[in-house]
Amino acid sequence: MEGLKKSVLASLWFMFLTLPIMGVFVNTIDKSVTWHLDRVLYVGAAAFVLSYLWRFMLERKERGMKAEEQSAVEKVTLLNKLLANPKFFWPAVIAVAGFAIAFPKLFSMYQVNVMTSALIYVVLGLGLNIVVGLAGLLDLGFVAFYAVGAYSYALMNMYWGISFWVALPLGALLGALCGILLGFPVLRLRGDYLAIVTLGFGEIIRLVLENWAEFTHGPSGISNIARPEFFGLAKGFMAQINFMYYLMLVLVVFTIFVVNRLKNSRIGRAWQALREDEIACQAMGIDKMKTKLMAFSLGATWAGMVGVVFAAKTTFINPASFTFLESAIILSIVVLGGMGSILGVILGALVLILLPEYMRDFSEYRMLIFGATMVLVMVFRPQGLVRDVRKKIDISAVKKALGGVHD
Amino acid sequence: MINERRTVLQVKGVSKDFGGLRALDDVDLDVKEGEIVALIGPNGAGKTTFFNCITGIYTPTEGDVNIDPYGGGFKRINGMKPNIVTELGMARTFQNIRLFPSMSVIENVMIGCHCRTKATFLGAVFRDPGTRKEEQETILKSYALLQELGLDQYADELARNLPYGAQRRLEIARALATDPFILLLDEPAAGMNPQETAELEELIVSIKDKHKISVLLIEHDMKMVMSLSDRLFVLEYGREIAHGTPQEISENPAVIKAYLGEELVDA
Ligand SMILES: Nc1ncnc2c1ncn2[C@@H]1O[C@H](COP(=O)(O)OP(=O)(O)OP(=O)(O)O)[C@@H](O)[C@H]1O
Ligand SMILES: [Mg+2]
Repeated sequence: MEGLKKSVLASLWFMFLTLPIMGVFVNTIDKSVTWHLDRVLYVGAAAFVLSYLWRFMLERKERGMKAEEQSAVEKVTLLNKLLANPKFFWPAVIAVAGFAIAFPKLFSMYQVNVMTSALIYVVLGLGLNIVVGLAGLLDLGFVAFYAVGAYSYALMNMYWGISFWVALPLGALLGALCGILLGFPVLRLRGDYLAIVTLGFGEIIRLVLENWAEFTHGPSGISNIARPEFFGLAKGFMAQINFMYYLMLVLVVFTIFVVNRLKNSRIGRAWQALREDEIACQAMGIDKMKTKLMAFSLGATWAGMVGVVFAAKTTFINPASFTFLESAIILSIVVLGGMGSILGVILGALVLILLPEYMRDFSEYRMLIFGATMVLVMVFRPQGLVRDVRKKIDISAVKKALGGVHD
Repeated sequence: MINERRTVLQVKGVSKDFGGLRALDDVDLDVKEGEIVALIGPNGAGKTTFFNCITGIYTPTEGDVNIDPYGGGFKRINGMKPNIVTELGMARTFQNIRLFPSMSVIENVMIGCHCRTKATFLGAVFRDPGTRKEEQETILKSYALLQELGLDQYADELARNLPYGAQRRLEIARALATDPFILLLDEPAAGMNPQETAELEELIVSIKDKHKISVLLIEHDMKMVMSLSDRLFVLEYGREIAHGTPQEISENPAVIKAYLGEELVDA
């Protein structure tokens, strides 16, 4: 009843607000006024329904959360249960791998190209996931390291003719170095402060690239960057694109492997502990600075590495590719997918990058849909699409081992 | 006999100012090997601040904090970072429990092992035999500590779902995992019923003997403090007003006036 009343109020308020725009039309030529009250009524009805639905969903969600708290058992979603089951997990992995490998055979060149871009974002998302999801450091300037990687290849290639395969590790290294250099002074800050400083750093890098024209060619960017040589195997444009796709696929697998191992290691544990309580963490002997710096520079390493691939893929880069919006999209991938969750971040990247590609018809509303999606996800699924579940320590194995020692 | 033991922690003339407020004023304290020492005083006397000063969370405004864990001479530790202090062998618990709530109970203890293990980034990625062995040893050590504190049935649960008393014991287990020479307990019995308190008392003594460590504890429960500790230090308004054996403290007029009063008569 209370809800109904509030919804009625909301709809009346909306009708009042939209009355001047939707309801009254002044014709300045014959100086007449026409009223379209029916339209205002539609608005009112829509506002009523939406507001009622919204309230209903919120209530349902809250009840769900209370129940979860009372049961005191960690909620395990169906997806997580399925993933924990090897009978489901391995066939699923094989199916996905098969699909990914066959992808260039099944789809057009355009699709392969789009998918390669999406995979770049998967790796960027997984890299940022180390920083934001695992270590809990809000980094809004992640794209800066991506730019460092991309420009390091572009410039090295332009000035010294350094090949892609040499630039790939060098780009990663430069990314890591920048991560350490920036992280050292900045990681003393926490939360919002860290976010703002990293945001500033991202902009600084972009501005330097834009204004140091003699060195970076400024806003006009660098073109004719060499595509990678695939040891003479990839002859022709088509083969090049396919090889690029496979290269990204390999990088994705490599990233998943590394992030997964890190997550379930001594270091991953320390990151999570740091996220939960910094003071207790330090009192337990964890070097806060070193641990954070490691997360920050590892994230930067991956950004630097994919930066090189990005430059090689597009063969043209300019500072406009590295705006704050890019950082925001990568962060959205992590948050939407589920902070910390590897599968979540992959899904998040595919959703956020592929959907706009395939919904070009709606491209005018792109940012609108993007914003609405983020708000909805944050309200109803704050943990993201896939909830992060850490691998459990196998207690029964421990008991067995201890039993073996004692008797 | 106690006097012949080696001093492991020696605090001299420590003061701490918060702006205009002098929370600690020229406090001396020492703890000997294998001793249980209590720090008592009314609310707001500065006991927790004292802990924070000697564990590196705060830097004392004045004074020295020296430790001598293994008889190799004193080392001045004020101003060192908390994680270094812990590495040097001082482990603490918190008055307002500070566990890692969404990590499992055993993982909480494993975090305590962090500063005694070495696995690096490369070790984590390649999982070489050395890293795997270290991880296995960490798990076994943590589980053994859980058993010792009677928490092994909770090993798999999230720390936030533990009953209150168990959370306090988990903090002790986590602190022990850092292989300390001294354990600093900030009101370990707070919020416990008399039976739990009695069990905790036994536990502290057995831990002290088994791990061959010293204990410095802050506690309001007079009965527990008097029966448990070898010596006591009393703080009031940041100043040390007395120290001595439980017998001496209970007869000290300044202490009776300041704080113990009726409670002691009851005990
Ligand atoms: N970070 C701080 N900044 C300013 N004042 C502080 C700070 N920490 C403690 N104080 C003040 O120092 C005094 C001592 O506080 P402390 O927490 O050490 O007392 P305590 O003896 O532990 O008391 P309790 O028995 O209630 O735990 C109090 O007056 C407190 O308000
Ligand atoms: Mg206190």
